Amino acid sequence: MCVVLEDREIRDNPFTPDMFRIVRRYPLTNDVNFYQARPVDVEEALKFDYKPGQFIMMSVIGEGEAPFCLSSTPSRPGMVEFCIRNVGTLTSSLHGIKENETVGIRGPYGNGFPIDKMLGKDILIVAGGLGAAPLRSLLLYILDNRDQFGKLTYLHGARLPGEMLFREEFIQLKDREDLNCLLAVDKDDTSKWPYKVGVVTELFKDLGPVDGKNTYGVVCGPPAMYRFVMPHLVKLGIPKHQILMTLERRMKCGVGKCGHCAIEYLYTCIDGPVFSYWDVLHMKEIIGRGVSDKTIA
Amino acid sequence: MMILKMKKEDLSTFLDAVKEWGELWGPTKGKDGKVSFSKVDSLSQMDLKATRTIIPPKKFLYPPRFTMFDFDENGYVERTGDVPKRILFGIHPCDIHGVVIMDKLFLETYNDPYYRERREKTLLLGHSCIPDDKCMCVATDTDFIAEGFDLFFTDLKMSYLVWVGSTKGHDLIRMKPELFSRALDKNDILNYTEYRKWKNTQYKTNIDFTGMPDIFELGYSSPVWDKLAEKCLSCGQCSMVCPTCNCYNVVDEVELGSIEGTRDRFWDSCMFREYSLVAGGHNFRDKRADRLRLWYTHKLQAYIGEFGKPACVGCGRCVATCPVEINVVTVSEALKEQEVGK
Repeated sequence: MCVVLEDREIRDNPFTPDMFRIVRRYPLTNDVNFYQARPVDVEEALKFDYKPGQFIMMSVIGEGEAPFCLSSTPSRPGMVEFCIRNVGTLTSSLHGIKENETVGIRGPYGNGFPIDKMLGKDILIVAGGLGAAPLRSLLLYILDNRDQFGKLTYLHGARLPGEMLFREEFIQLKDREDLNCLLAVDKDDTSKWPYKVGVVTELFKDLGPVDGKNTYGVVCGPPAMYRFVMPHLVKLGIPKHQILMTLERRMKCGVGKCGHCAIEYLYTCIDGPVFSYWDVLHMKEIIGRGVSDKTIA
Repeated sequence: MMILKMKKEDLSTFLDAVKEWGELWGPTKGKDGKVSFSKVDSLSQMDLKATRTIIPPKKFLYPPRFTMFDFDENGYVERTGDVPKRILFGIHPCDIHGVVIMDKLFLETYNDPYYRERREKTLLLGHSCIPDDKCMCVATDTDFIAEGFDLFFTDLKMSYLVWVGSTKGHDLIRMKPELFSRALDKNDILNYTEYRKWKNTQYKTNIDFTGMPDIFELGYSSPVWDKLAEKCLSCGQCSMVCPTCNCYNVVDEVELGSIEGTRDRFWDSCMFREYSLVAGGHNFRDKRADRLRLWYTHKLQAYIGEFGKPACVGCGRCVATCPVEINVVTVSEALKEQEVGK
């Protein structure tokens, strides 16, 4: 029985957005802006805690609400960071939001990456396009807790050099000795790109030896990318339950009620957005047709 | 569970008395012959013989459209408290099963305050029913109900047996305790057994849902889905009338030339094309066949896998409503037979 017997006057409403102030914003690419925000109520700033891979529901007053991933790491508290690509009504109004203006944020939601299981393991991250946005959270978290993890590899592919999110930041990471950061662009329209030109799977050739059994593979990118990346990870001997992906779906609630993010019996918002390849291997809707069929063999 | 007995003729007196708690609502038949829940003054206005209302009682717990928040430039203010106290009389077991499924969804994990407020302010007074040719609650194991209601009245011709399902239900009984008796005798048991037997003989739709999860898995790529999709109008009526369809959409409505407005929630359907559309134009279920499959997979495969029974309560509303005869019966049969009927 679920009837609550007492009428409670004070309610905790999980749908109420808290107001956050945009403290900084700048363009990462032509159509992607980067934002830093912190609660208007500064006392709340340090209380906003989350896990890498979790997402928030963000509102622009009068425009609507949609899910967005966080690009920042909880190991650097006080501020949240996110990337917004200008592709729709809400994102376009978000692009109009300037410093000192406010947005509504509620969350964090979703399972996030299973950090406790990943401790001590080698980590191989594969980001494609905007997929770098949620994976940067994990990458920075691992770098901030570097001694807790094994070998760290970061692969990132973008269409063009000008379209690579956090390009300068990642190029600087190439100088660090405690990770292997490999960058690629499909096409170099600048003739100045000093790194790999080719699709992201080309980077697998430069990996060197990988201890598959002891590795967690983490992938995020456009739906089509999974089809090409998954077979590579499987071939490296990474067990399918250690290959993680974070998915995007339409959401209206973030808390398992509105139904939009359903994938068969799973809700992306509460069962995900991080799923293991093994969890979803049999699910034909997960990242587009034909993905599972191709990799079963 | 407490079971009491009440004389048939006392029901009217009882319902008049409980109106002190809140508005009385019950099934009524309109001039067009359609049955719906309406606010009534007394028992005489209700039609307790009607098998099903067009829309299930979910509309009271989770209205087709309502305002969640008022907003202005300072932020969002929750809108609650404008929900009237209601007593719904004449709800059938299948619909109470539907509410139990909605409870699981809206009250477990993240507790939905809008649903909770309405659930607390709505008393469910169930009533036994007469199945018709579209009912299939035997197949879904929802022909009787043991939870989720405040009171449940089983009509045994001369008298009612009244199940008391909650303290609030008991409070209603205590408003007119002289109408109820604890003294049940042998005849009551015999009459009740007889009623159950009789009810069981009334079903004309017999469908076997066992094995459905496997049949759905095997039939994922079946051409049956495309054939059904050719008929489907994507009108979404199946979702509106289904007691276990909970999907909703949220929009912000703004006053013209102002930044003030409301954030409204309204019923949605996975049959609609925009349902799985994400920013940038990628649609995870662009094809009608994909959307149709999601609806039925969710009801008859996914839910069984998770909770051991279908998210179909056998009310027959999709059978009565779909203009092109796509419903749990025809879809299940089409998948089993690998052929679309008619």
